[in-house]
Amino acid sequence: MSNTALTEPAENYLTAGYGLKSWLLTTDHKRIAILYLITITVFFAIGGFFAVLIRMELLTPQGDLVGSDTYNKLFTLHGLVMIFFFLVPSIPAVLGNFLIPIMIGARDLAFPRINLLSWYILVIGGTVSFAVILFGGVDTGWTFYTPYSSTYSKTSVSLVAIGVFITGFSSILTGLNFAVTIHKMRAPGMTWFRLPLFVWAHYATSLIMLLGTPVVAIAILLVLLERVFGVGIFDPALGGDPVLFQHLFWFYSHPAVYIMILPSMGVISELVCCFTRKRVFGYSFIAFSSLAIAVLGFLVWGHHMFVSSQSIYAGMVFSVLTMLVAIPSAIKVFNWTATMYKGSISYETPMMYTFGFVGLFAIGGLTGLFLGTLGVDVHVHDTYFVVAHFHYIMVGGAIMGYLGGLHFWWPKITGRLYNEAWAKLSAVLIFIGFNLTFFPQFLVGYLGMPRRYHVYPEEFQIFHVLSTAGASLLAVAYVFPTFYLIYSFFKGEKAGANPWGATGLEWQVPSPPTTFNFETTPVVTEEAYEYSKREAQVV
Amino acid sequence: MFSDFPIFPEVASTIAGRVDALYFFIAAVGTFFFTLISVLVLVFAIKYRRRSEDERPAPVHGSLQLELVWTIIPLILALVMFAWGANLYVDMYSPPGNALNIYVVGKQWMWKIQHPEGNREINELHVPIGTPVKLIMTSEDVIHSFYVPAFRMKMDVLPGRYTSAWFEATKPGKYHLFCAEYCGTKHSEMIGSVYAMEPTEYQDWLSRTSASSASMAEAGEELFAQLGCPTCHASDSGARGPALAGLYGSTVNLMTGETTTADDSYIRNSIIDPTSQITQGYAPLMPTYKGQVNEEDLLKLIAYIKSLALDSSHSVATEDSTKGPLESNE
Amino acid sequence: MSEAHSGVVAHQFDDAQQQQETASLGMWSFLITEVMMFGALFTGYAYYKTLFPEAYFEGSRHLDYRIGAINTAVLICSSLTMALAVHAAQISKRKATIVFLLLTILLGSIFLGVKVFEYSDKFEHNLVPGRNFSLDAYDETVNPRNVELFFCFYFIMTGLHAAHMIIGITILGILVILAWRHRFSSEYHAPVEMTGLYWHFVDIVWIYLFPFLYLIGRG
Repeated sequence: MSNTALTEPAENYLTAGYGLKSWLLTTDHKRIAILYLITITVFFAIGGFFAVLIRMELLTPQGDLVGSDTYNKLFTLHGLVMIFFFLVPSIPAVLGNFLIPIMIGARDLAFPRINLLSWYILVIGGTVSFAVILFGGVDTGWTFYTPYSSTYSKTSVSLVAIGVFITGFSSILTGLNFAVTIHKMRAPGMTWFRLPLFVWAHYATSLIMLLGTPVVAIAILLVLLERVFGVGIFDPALGGDPVLFQHLFWFYSHPAVYIMILPSMGVISELVCCFTRKRVFGYSFIAFSSLAIAVLGFLVWGHHMFVSSQSIYAGMVFSVLTMLVAIPSAIKVFNWTATMYKGSISYETPMMYTFGFVGLFAIGGLTGLFLGTLGVDVHVHDTYFVVAHFHYIMVGGAIMGYLGGLHFWWPKITGRLYNEAWAKLSAVLIFIGFNLTFFPQFLVGYLGMPRRYHVYPEEFQIFHVLSTAGASLLAVAYVFPTFYLIYSFFKGEKAGANPWGATGLEWQVPSPPTTFNFETTPVVTEEAYEYSKREAQVV
Repeated sequence: MFSDFPIFPEVASTIAGRVDALYFFIAAVGTFFFTLISVLVLVFAIKYRRRSEDERPAPVHGSLQLELVWTIIPLILALVMFAWGANLYVDMYSPPGNALNIYVVGKQWMWKIQHPEGNREINELHVPIGTPVKLIMTSEDVIHSFYVPAFRMKMDVLPGRYTSAWFEATKPGKYHLFCAEYCGTKHSEMIGSVYAMEPTEYQDWLSRTSASSASMAEAGEELFAQLGCPTCHASDSGARGPALAGLYGSTVNLMTGETTTADDSYIRNSIIDPTSQITQGYAPLMPTYKGQVNEEDLLKLIAYIKSLALDSSHSVATEDSTKGPLESNE
Repeated sequence: MSEAHSGVVAHQFDDAQQQQETASLGMWSFLITEVMMFGALFTGYAYYKTLFPEAYFEGSRHLDYRIGAINTAVLICSSLTMALAVHAAQISKRKATIVFLLLTILLGSIFLGVKVFEYSDKFEHNLVPGRNFSLDAYDETVNPRNVELFFCFYFIMTGLHAAHMIIGITILGILVILAWRHRFSSEYHAPVEMTGLYWHFVDIVWIYLFPFLYLIGRG
């Protein structure tokens, strides 16, 4: 690859057209990624605001900040916004959209207009769901269990159901776009096993998006119909079964958690290789483990229902399958660790997030074992133990991966470098704040504190005080990146094409890339992560 | 209160210690692997830190042996956890045959408890230690969940059907009772206490606090007569409805040709939705009593029918009889 | 597939063949999501059918299977005309393409018209689930509330199917306009093919719906 093409081009994707219309009607995957970045950041702030209120309320055992109904709406909206409007899109819609075509040597995704449509659907679905707040909110929990959601709740369940239903199509179309793109648009020489693991991770994620989302669409549609027309699909009075909803809901919502973590794992694979300057240990094991997680992830939904009156035999089947799905994740962690062995490790911000991810995801994944084990889950189900577990994975895992990836590819996306000192400080504060927030929740959960509790017995207060203290630190730490990243966009030092000396096609194009990514279609001749064979030039 | 930093709740049931032991095992395995990974990452991060810009590490790409080792060992450990947990789980949901049946009705936002002797409680449950107690539960509205952390016991409580769970308290004391399935506004106030007492104290409490002297079965018998059930469910051979003596726990042949077991759910269904399970040889004449009996009345009627032994005719039982093994756990 | 550049290869594709294969994979992937969606409904249907088989049979007897059979025949014919339209587009027969597309629209509309007739009939007989549901004459061993569950699934599944038909007919209308404007030929006919795939899928869903809704409990 010659260097001469990497002098800054006259026009890049950011400067190719100004004005609102050029952004709102763009079909450039990179611009769409930016649109998503702005949108999900707004949703993150909203979901985070609800979290702040929740933690403030939980500082004291009494319900003194907000009333019970308000509190119930706060945790419902926190969950809905964070899951459907932040986490599920996050890495795929921002980093995946931006990078997948470039990583495989293509000029765009397979269906650029559908890509834009996906973004509009997310915005519309989010607006509809958010309008709910004007109508008094929704208080069913993000899990919408019947018959509370279908019959008893007096809040705007129908409107939120419509909003979430709409948003599901955004996810389905993104998954479709990615899967077809990865199958059909790889540059010559880019075989499956030369793909960056980031792409493998997104391929697996796309499969889940395609197959799982339609089922929850139906589950929500049925709740909506029951609410609006009074038909009794989940109403025992008609012979309906409220537990049927749980099956339909969790059939998607369990794989959904893999939608939220697999892309993050893909990011970590990229970061580990770049900042240890080594090809990843066990490439094919990591690639296949992504697929294994996607497949096995569809078989374990009943582990959310061990005490739901599901038969104990079903419980046993789901439990053993849950143990199986834990293994591929463990394989990834071991492989990343082994990659560091005899590597050449540097400590830039993305690597800090990688270290954080490995530790926090390890805790999150290991605590999943408690939940998958039948005899223990009976005690900890629906307690703060579960809350701590999934926040370790979602926040300690997925968000750390997202931030790590955002920092790693920021120079590529914006053509600027951010302030490393501020970035490192934020990473450290986020790590500390996060642990202080959520580790006490494991303890208070095992002590028996149920989740979704507005008021609680006094003996649990010490844990909540620690948790709220951590949350305060975490909230502040999350704000820092907004400032220094935006600052860097305007005033940061200009980045070359490859500031990290990384491998991968995205680092062979200018920072920021041009609209069509490549002047000529690249021909790939080397394996992924060939750090040893080539001079990985910092440019 | 701030001085002790508890990790475990009280160990107050026969199963609690076993749950904690398994928890400990998983925690130990988890801690081991977490420590291993953390230490390795830390050591590698320091030992292999980049010392010069053009450092090129040796290519180490993979090792099938290593992959197999760190796949198989975690798999074995996870399967051990599974087997141990499954074994515990089966025990948790297999009540002994001689368990004392107590009935629970959950509704937004309180727990109503009925002892077979007739004692009723709200948000409180008194039980004797050393005796297995089986809770038979239903909800009047949405899904709730009956959770006693000190017993490590939890079971969802559903509308339209019965669920059950059992425990044997070992240590006298007062323990938290929580609703553990979000159920609306006052979900976090749907809490109470379980009082485990020495058996003699429990008997004292029973006799002291029963406001109405009628046991559940007696109250059920009264309801049975009030609702006109004996009109059809008489013991003579030409009766319009099947005789109920000895029915509980037996196998019933339905009109559709299927067979089913006459457990709590069967009896409840027969009262509120009779046409769904007509006994073979009888006409579908029984009207539904839905709306005329609430969940607590249904439990009393069931207690009464349970008490009807095969060789007696309408004798009132003083104690609730239990036919544990034949009841399904739906 | 012809690789001639006809000026309609989008910028992200290297050639027409890649574009065609990509479109095809995209449509098949989308149809798989539809399978999952209808599959969820079939699962719910099947679950309640195992619980209340008699109620389902009773409900099915309240549907007119002859009308259902006519609709099935209509839809199968429409799949034939759709396939003929695709073929005509493949061999650059513009008029035939338009005629067959119009015939497909016609047959699809007949299907929908029959469904409207069926739905209003159900409405008159109080078979729409909800407050006004009531069965006039039925087998005494069956609980009418359970039959209402059958009708829930009847309406939701045929309703969702009808919504897919309406979307399909709309797309067919757009194709007619595009065909009229000489957009399709042996070099470029992917939209017609892809719509054909979609239409056949909607037909297949009905072929499952018909027996499960109309024919159970008979014979």
